Parts: sequence; C-alpha cells; structure tokens
Amino acid sequence: MVVWTDFERTTIQDIFSKINYAVVGQAAFSRCLIVYPWTQRYFGQFGNLYNAAAIASNPKVAAHGKVIMEALEKAVKDMDNIKATYAELSALHSEKLQVDPDNFMLLGDCLTIVVASQLGKNFTAEVHAAFQKFLAVVVSSLRRQYY
Amino acid sequence: MSLTEKDKAAVKALWAKVSKVVDTVGGEALGRMLLVYPQTKTYFSHWPDLTPGSEPVMVHGKLILGGVTEAVSKIDNLSGGLLELSELHAFKLRVDPSNFKILAQSFMVVIATMFPKDFTPETHVAFDKFLAAVALGLSEKYR
Repeated sequence: MVVWTDFERTTIQDIFSKINYAVVGQAAFSRCLIVYPWTQRYFGQFGNLYNAAAIASNPKVAAHGKVIMEALEKAVKDMDNIKATYAELSALHSEKLQVDPDNFMLLGDCLTIVVASQLGKNFTAEVHAAFQKFLAVVVSSLRRQYY
Repeated sequence: MSLTEKDKAAVKALWAKVSKVVDTVGGEALGRMLLVYPQTKTYFSHWPDLTPGSEPVMVHGKLILGGVTEAVSKIDNLSGGLLELSELHAFKLRVDPSNFKILAQSFMVVIATMFPKDFTPETHVAFDKFLAAVALGLSEKYR
C-alpha cells in the first residue's frame, strides 16, 4: 500500500495541472528515443527516427508522447489505486508490446529532466523526490503483470 | 558507447557554463540524490546532517564536482586518467557502481533546472555518455 503525504499528493497534482501534455509528452518521449536509442526498437512503425532532428519533428512521436501523458494522468487522478489502474496496461506492455521493463525508468528519467527544465528552481529537491516516488510507483505497477 | 568528437565538444561546452556555478551544483546534486534516492544515504551514516543544503553535503558536493571537472579535462582518456580516484572508490569507499548512475541522473536534473535551454536532447545524450564513461573509469580498479 503506497502512503502519500499531503505534500506529495499536492505536488503531483500541481505538476500535472501546470504542464501541457502535448508539449511535455513530445519532449520527454523524443528525448528518450534520442538519449537511449535502443528504445527505438519498439517503434519500428513510427517512420523516420534516423537522427535527433528527425525524431524531434516526427508527428507519430509527438502523438505518442501525448498518449503517454494522458495515461499518466490516470494515475494522478487516482493516486491510491495506481496498481489497479495500470493492471491492463501492464499486461499489454508485457504480453503484446513485449517491452523490457527496465526501459520504463529510462522514459521516467527523461520526463523528470523535461519537467525540471520547465519548472526550473521550482523543481526543488523535495518536489523532485515526490515526482520520483510517483514515477517509481507507476513503474512498479507497470512491471506487476510481467511473468 | 564511446565518446565521439561531437560528444566531447558538447560536454566541454556545457561544462564551460556549469563550472561557473561549480560551488553550488555539486552540493545541490548530492543533496538531491540523498533525498530522492534514500538508499544512497547508507554511504554517509557518519555525517551529522544529510539534509539538502547542509554543510557536509555542500562541502562534499563541491569535492565531487571537482572530480567531474578533472574528468572533463581528461576526457580523452577516462579509463587511464581516473586511476587514483578509482582506487579510492574501489578500496576505501566501496560504492556499489550502480550508484554512479543515480548521482549522474541527479546531476543532470540540477543542470536541467539551471540551464534548460542548453540541456538539449543532443547535449543530454553526450553528457549521459560522458558520465557513464566516468563511472566506468571509477569502476576500473574494482576487481
């Protein structure tokens, strides 16, 4: 059972209310494909991922970035039930998409960098810790259905 | 994943900016790491105060950043140039090498908050590769 402090709850709600899902999603997902290029293995159908410029301007990448943020929002809206919220998505990533779960935190780390860039000094150590905890719970829930 | 000339140029360009605030970046990164990844506190049980911004954290952060600055100057030979530091980490400190990645991420988050326009995806990948190469250099003497 995850126990959230009031600070952690408000921090997560606050971050997600401030960020633009299309912008942040595109930035985080494209960054992941650029910084950790082996993650491109799951996106063969996305067209041109040949270099950073191609990735940054790829419309399928942008669209998928937004999909990811909207999926994260589900967890933000029900922070006490993240495990249940992601049961189906976990099975999907394991059985259909066959994503190595070690990749989840690579995307998480890129999302953290993007959010940090946006919030600047407001992304304090305490806010960062709350965000990391949230991502850890999300990743753990996504890993749950792997066997 | 060795560093290309383009990577090295990107790292040096970024470091030129970061080194201007070298006194705070190291301490901030270390303090953040101890808070965000609490398992890392196990290496500092001998310190009176592990909170971000405290004296031991800021002093030690500055020391670590000095090490990274040294690594930037030895960017063409990290496995050979960090032997002394590697011996320190291998035989005295005995830090599990998985923690190097954790500190690296903490560093990069601090850099992203301070230099968002400079920490582009291209600079990020170059710097991530560089820190991974430093970690490898530090692990050289482990076994």
